[in-house]
Amino acid sequence: MTTYKQVFVHGLWKDLPPFRLVLGLCPALAVTASAVNGLGMGLSVIFVLVFSNMFISMLRRIIPDKVRIASYIVVIATLVVLVEMLLKAFFFPLSQQLGIYIPLIVVNCIILGRAEAFASRNPVLLSMIDGFSVGAGFTISLTILGSLREILGAGCWFGRSIAWEGFEPFTFMVKAPGAFICLGILLGAMNLYSRKRGETFIQT
Amino acid sequence: MDFILLAVAAIFVNNILLAQYLGNCPFCGVSKKLDTSIGMGAAVIFVATLASVLTWIVFYYVLVPYHLEFIRTLAFILIIAALVQFVEIFLKKKSKTLYNALGIFLPLITTNCAVMGIALLNIKHKFNFLEMLVFSFASSAGFALAIVLFAGVRERLLISPVPRSMRGTAIALVTAGIMSLAFLGFAGMVK
Repeated sequence: MTTYKQVFVHGLWKDLPPFRLVLGLCPALAVTASAVNGLGMGLSVIFVLVFSNMFISMLRRIIPDKVRIASYIVVIATLVVLVEMLLKAFFFPLSQQLGIYIPLIVVNCIILGRAEAFASRNPVLLSMIDGFSVGAGFTISLTILGSLREILGAGCWFGRSIAWEGFEPFTFMVKAPGAFICLGILLGAMNLYSRKRGETFIQT
Repeated sequence: MDFILLAVAAIFVNNILLAQYLGNCPFCGVSKKLDTSIGMGAAVIFVATLASVLTWIVFYYVLVPYHLEFIRTLAFILIIAALVQFVEIFLKKKSKTLYNALGIFLPLITTNCAVMGIALLNIKHKFNFLEMLVFSFASSAGFALAIVLFAGVRERLLISPVPRSMRGTAIALVTAGIMSLAFLGFAGMVK
């Protein structure tokens, strides 16, 4: 039972993407101009990650070692096509907003990373929990980043205006440079917090 | 003239790294030294242009006639993965010098969003063959330009007194943000 709990918790803090695990930066920067987009991207990633971990874990004894990366990519790409179609069918405006970043989930290193590092050597249920945990961590990070940028840059949160009297939108935040700087400063803040707690982790 | 405009727009105004956020993993990963970043940039130019040509041909001559546009993602990633593998084997056999220069970067390129992103953008913008060629080359050249410039800045960062919590990726991202701000200055050049 403890292993299940550990696996569930690790994605939420110890290996929190994209901060701790500096992978999957492109979607983290690109779609977080608003909180809704961040959340939508995060949920799509959870879906792909849980099922790709499940299938890869099921097939882990069958896939030959030499062609494993190619096999993982096929599994992941199939799931991404599925997500693309589901989003188009049920969440059309969101799928228009996310645009090419939906098919680009295929090349999100987090998914391939978890397949290689976890699902290829662990049982099915555990792999699914791992996928969910890392995906949930990613979703939370993206939603927070999206909220910050949307509130500061547009004075809205989830599309609803929360601007007060005399609020001047900080347009810089919803543009490209804001994404980089916001992520960098959040990462720095997390490093500071971890250092205060005595955890050693500074990326090099 | 249109082609020059397209190229300038792709390199500076819509820089693939700093304005469209594609290819950030290698951007942070291999930009610590100037010479490795030059190698990565060259490898990306080479593979992205080739991959764009192949995916464009496959999309318009195989997927569209058979109404298979929905498996675009799957088809593209397989083409890119196969192409990277092929280029690696080919270079190893034919050109030792080029292989030594680009070799270690090639496997990384399969999961480089820039390559896949350029291929997808070609389709999204409905380019014809020549436009596609110019756009792919210019976009990947923009990637190379950004990563080489960034590596130059990053070498200086190593000897600067950065606050401890901001060291590593954190300061790299903030630096990238400032560079992106500089590139934003080109925004008015092309409508």
